[in-house]
Amino acid sequence: MAFYLKGAKVPHKKSTSGMSAIRIDAPKTVTIPTVMHIGAPATPVVKAGDSVQVGTLIAEQNGVISSPIYSSVSGTVKSVAEVLLSSGKNVPAITIESDGEMTVNSEIKPPVVNSREDLVNAVKQSGIVGLGGAGFPTYVKYGADKPLDIQELIINGAECEPYITSDSVNMIDNAEDIAFAIDNLVKYLNIKKVIIGIEKNKPKAIESMNKIADSRENVQVKVLPTLYPQGAEKVLVYHTTGKTIALGKLPIDVGCVVNNVTTIAAIGRYLKTGMPLVEKCITVDGSAVKEPKNVIVPIGTALKDVFEFCGGFKAEPKKVLYGGPMMGISVPDLDVPVLKNTNAVLAFAEKQVNSPKATACIRCGGCTNRCPFGIDPSAIARAYKKNDTEALEKLGVELCMECGCCTFACPAKRPLVQTNKLAKAALRVAKAKEAK
Amino acid sequence: MDNKLHISISPHIHSGASTQRIMLDVIIALLPATVAGCILFGLRALAVVAVCVVAAVLSEFLFNLIIKKEQTVGDLSAVVTGLLLALNLPANIPLWQAAVGSVFAIVIVKCIFGGIGCNLVNPAITARVFMLVAFGTMAKAAFPLDAVSSATPLVQLAEGNTPSMLDLFMGNVGGAIGETSALALVIGGVYLLVRRVITWHIPVAFIGTVFVMSFLLDGFDVMAALLWILSGGLFLGAFFMATDYVTSPPTKWGKIIFGIGAGLITILIRFYGNYPEGVSFGILMMNILNPYIESWTPRKLFGGKNS
Ligand code: SF4
Ligand code: SF4
Repeated sequence: MAFYLKGAKVPHKKSTSGMSAIRIDAPKTVTIPTVMHIGAPATPVVKAGDSVQVGTLIAEQNGVISSPIYSSVSGTVKSVAEVLLSSGKNVPAITIESDGEMTVNSEIKPPVVNSREDLVNAVKQSGIVGLGGAGFPTYVKYGADKPLDIQELIINGAECEPYITSDSVNMIDNAEDIAFAIDNLVKYLNIKKVIIGIEKNKPKAIESMNKIADSRENVQVKVLPTLYPQGAEKVLVYHTTGKTIALGKLPIDVGCVVNNVTTIAAIGRYLKTGMPLVEKCITVDGSAVKEPKNVIVPIGTALKDVFEFCGGFKAEPKKVLYGGPMMGISVPDLDVPVLKNTNAVLAFAEKQVNSPKATACIRCGGCTNRCPFGIDPSAIARAYKKNDTEALEKLGVELCMECGCCTFACPAKRPLVQTNKLAKAALRVAKAKEAK
Repeated sequence: MDNKLHISISPHIHSGASTQRIMLDVIIALLPATVAGCILFGLRALAVVAVCVVAAVLSEFLFNLIIKKEQTVGDLSAVVTGLLLALNLPANIPLWQAAVGSVFAIVIVKCIFGGIGCNLVNPAITARVFMLVAFGTMAKAAFPLDAVSSATPLVQLAEGNTPSMLDLFMGNVGGAIGETSALALVIGGVYLLVRRVITWHIPVAFIGTVFVMSFLLDGFDVMAALLWILSGGLFLGAFFMATDYVTSPPTKWGKIIFGIGAGLITILIRFYGNYPEGVSFGILMMNILNPYIESWTPRKLFGGKNS
């Protein structure tokens, strides 16, 4: 490929890099929502009073695009009740009181994998979803009902968001799990080539992954420039294979499957041990956190327990995020739980919170010159103001992946991502009307 | 723990870039030319600069006050406009004319259209052309305190005389306050490039076109072509005014077309027109054509329908 797509030079702030993950003390209770993935909520199969162990199925998969959920602690189910998610939806969640023992379910044993179907089924049973943030059920990407022609498996180790180092921890400390997963995926899914993409600023992770690549002919590490957002799916596919994924298409349409490196490590662990996805390695950082750390946390642990384990706060937190500062979601309070696809929780003290005040667009081109896809958000904002949906479509607003480079760069501090979201919605409405 | 966490849409961090910082960079970049102008033309030049800047800021302030718009003078863009206009004026201009030009640039060209980012043409350029037409400004340009020449270099060139290359580069020739020292302008232009406030496309296309065309039209003489690009405010226009964000295209090919177009019009006016000066008209014309250039040169969308 001739050139790299554009992006933003975001600060790295990876103060936890090189810190191996520490397992936190067993929480007193966990609250596990039945939606931690893209798709239909899982159906609870436990009720208040039931006793569960680590790895006990508590909610079963509901339809093709869904994922089963397992208990992350041992103890007693306290309630199955609706909770409000950060997405604004009410979904059932299972609250479990922990007995502090973390007893493992006695039925846990490694899956028997001898065929493609076995492997896909194992990944399905593992409860693994896209762990980098998207939360799409992983087994679906491997072909839920029919074999897919997978040219390249692209493993996303870019970790381009500031602060987050949990993917690197996995690459450095869990290389064996990753290698085990790669070998099985290559063998049973008939994958021709595996490319692990890592940003240049992570030499230790690169070294660790190179060890895997060195002894395998069809595995290769691709060092990516340190420029946000290398980890964005379309950007990553382009930079590792040179293939362009068109609007509305998926990686598989160009013969690629993209998995986060943490997802791959989780698959390796499941294939080895049979322990489904019940805990997550996450980065805890941000200006309000006393002792930034990488920690291993049972899924469903409240954020306040996680922060407490990291020494609590050194300043009152004003904004708390799931994920990194470029694409992370701000949460309303500290009672919300760690989810399957949580890779970091960040807490910020006041001064980083103030949303800067927007002034008039000076047409500097800073936004469009940073956009990996060449979208011009300033033009979109003007078209949106005029409610010109035709222009919005021409300007490619549907392509916008909300990576945030434009807002980050705008000297007039305009909320461009927000406008793009609204413009996309307006275009959807207009298209739906036209279809009638 | 209270439940008052701040909720907002990502991204949650910002680069720290600001309109004010960009304008400050332009002001810094114009300082060498301003200082050079004040040295060459004396205190009178300083007075013109002061009048233009004060008039620009004051008129924007009052305009916002009167129409009850939020105050915008803090973004420093009015300072830039005032300064640019001053550098485009001869030092001996009556001060009231300088003030009128500045008010025209701010109120008529910028504020009435909605303020920063909304103007259709560059305020300083338009004001300069307005003054040329209204007051005949520039017809009798001022001369440096110790300069020996009796006409501006462009007039000399048109008359077949050649000013010294060194004088042109250092600015020891007649002309507007800020346009005579190519050296000072290049220093400022390089600063803007380094700070990434502008890109190379417009200045290179603009100056390059003027160079090539004057080489072709003036007897295939490299020295003559050099004289043509060093004179007549080309560097001031190409680095500082043609690159105005609002009135030039955002894409690189758009910028190149813009620069070439401005260069061609400059040459046309210099060689065949009535005014010795073509840079202002070149930029103004391209400002007007800019919406068309922008629509001819859309950015290629990655994975989009036009790719
Ligand atoms: S970065 Fe901001 S000010 Fe610059 S063109 Fe885009 S929206 Fe306008
Ligand atoms: S327009 Fe969308 S894709 Fe482009 S930089 Fe902005 S958020 Fe990212």
